[in-house]
Amino acid sequence: MAEFLINSVGLPAWLAWTIMAGLAAFLILNVIAGGALVFIWAERKIAARIQDRLGPTRTGGRFGWLQSLADGIKLLAKEDLMPDGADGLLFRIAPYVSFCASFCAFIALPFAFDFVGQRLNVGVFFVVAVLGLEVFGVILAGYASASKWSLFGAMREAAQVVSYEVPLGMCVVVPVMLAGTMDLVTIAEKQAGWLTNWYLFHDPFTFVIFWVYVTCAVASVNRAPFDLAEAESELVAGFHTEYSGLRWSFFFMAEYGSMFLVSALAAVLFLGGWNGPIPVARLLGLSEGTGDTAHYLVRLIGCGNLLLKATLGVLIMMWIRWTLPRLRIDQVMTTCLKYCTPIAAAMFAGAMLWQLLLPGGLVRGLTRPAGEIREGWLDGPGGRATAPSVSDKRVARVMP
Amino acid sequence: MIPMMIPLAAVNFHSLLFSLFAALACGFAVAVVLSDNVVRMAFYLVLSLGATAGLFFLAGAEFIGAMQLMIYVGGTLVLLVFGVMLTAQSPFVSMKTAAGDRVLAGIVAASLLALLLQAACSVEAWQRPASGRVAAPSATPIGTALVGVRVDDPPPGAAAGAVRSGYLLPFEIVSIHLLVVLVGAAYLARAKRRRTPRAIDEAASVDPVDAARLESAARSRANLASSVNASGRSGSASALAAGGGR
Repeated sequence: MAEFLINSVGLPAWLAWTIMAGLAAFLILNVIAGGALVFIWAERKIAARIQDRLGPTRTGGRFGWLQSLADGIKLLAKEDLMPDGADGLLFRIAPYVSFCASFCAFIALPFAFDFVGQRLNVGVFFVVAVLGLEVFGVILAGYASASKWSLFGAMREAAQVVSYEVPLGMCVVVPVMLAGTMDLVTIAEKQAGWLTNWYLFHDPFTFVIFWVYVTCAVASVNRAPFDLAEAESELVAGFHTEYSGLRWSFFFMAEYGSMFLVSALAAVLFLGGWNGPIPVARLLGLSEGTGDTAHYLVRLIGCGNLLLKATLGVLIMMWIRWTLPRLRIDQVMTTCLKYCTPIAAAMFAGAMLWQLLLPGGLVRGLTRPAGEIREGWLDGPGGRATAPSVSDKRVARVMP
Repeated sequence: MIPMMIPLAAVNFHSLLFSLFAALACGFAVAVVLSDNVVRMAFYLVLSLGATAGLFFLAGAEFIGAMQLMIYVGGTLVLLVFGVMLTAQSPFVSMKTAAGDRVLAGIVAASLLALLLQAACSVEAWQRPASGRVAAPSATPIGTALVGVRVDDPPPGAAAGAVRSGYLLPFEIVSIHLLVVLVGAAYLARAKRRRTPRAIDEAASVDPVDAARLESAARSRANLASSVNASGRSGSASALAAGGGR
């Protein structure tokens, strides 16, 4: 796109790149903010239906569809309070830290083949690393509020997130191992084709580890039943007890942004990314590689696919939240250390053995570098040889 | 608007962003030193390390940049939690540095800076801007090299298909080393057990009446210890340190 601006429109390079960066940032910001508006309304409606109520019905006419906007106006008009004993700088800055971390992780998330803020070679790693920073805002908020409730909430959050990063990392490694790359775009590309190409159905171990990922993802974005940090029955409101108005809403934008992010990550890693269950575009003879209008449309539909999958993930998280009771802190730790981590480790080992024994065969798997086998079976049915094979790379390296 | 933009076009945006991130990293590093509040220090440290990660991303070293975020920034987070939990007796504890310490720190920092500046200025290639773009680097060779196969770099003069052995052995040695460190940390951080049986034995050899009294006292002490242990187990972050040892 930036090349298009430079070559066809004739803008200077720096201006073209700045415009494109601004456009990407604007779109991502709208995914988070617009998503938060929709999801808050959906959360109210879903919670109400699960509890046999109606939820908002009047704001904006039918279904209360303007409820989030009304909430937003209320939050804007609220007084911005800060406790006397609080550490002013950290108290003010904490919501932005949370929000920035959530926002930054979206940079590397691909929405369709070429719809990605910045295609990173280590996309998975980047997203997981940045997502872990969101907790920093929570800890700052808890500490700077000078309130015992807030500090308790922050400490719980820290313990929880640090623990759950271990099984979450193990779950994320399995699709990386199957695809042979940490590039999110390539991982999703390799799942193109029919439903059975999705890594969820790759082997029994990936199917199990997907559910471990779901558990850890819910815990890492601090949603019920793992929302110990804001347990309102014990800690008033946990880390955001002392917050009001717009600062408070930033925490919630960050939370809904992270929910959407981990759902989209699940879609990319396990559920085929932007590929639908039936490869309609391929059956019609369209591929995503070249750049005319039809291919652009295909990508747009792919983007819709991914958004749909991520939204479904968020709705499932809401369903879980309003169905299961909150865990105690020791139960949260037990779930992580005694169940999620060992299961994830065993499934990781299982998926590794499956890779070694079945696609490569035992002898080939042990005697040849994993990269060659991986590149080889990509050419088989359902896969496409998009990445250059290892031998090509070797040749390129030898000839400088 | 347009006349304002023309001098901007002459600016190398890469250099501009580099200067920005470098200034952020240095500025927040100075703020870490000048601040006297533990949590603010940690916050500035995170910003400084994050800006350093930005420098890595700018240089195209995405893997190292993500590593920087994961290990240093995430590690600072844990450091902060334990720092606050273990050291703070009251909220917003501030650390006062003695004047002598400031002088010592100044000398060490100045000599290190001199050394680094001398090293940095002696690299000739840095004094003119790099020309041409290198191909986008990939983290896959690093990964395969760590599991023992270097597909990127065949030995010179070898047959086709031969590969150089990777870094599996150093990687495993480092892993074992880290495991030992973890076990040691868990051993040091575990809840200490009271030696109640020995106290009872000693008391029994002195006087039967005293022994009964001591035994009941020891029992109540043991109860207290176990209840402390239980609360430690349910305490949030300390469960990480203590729970790892069990």
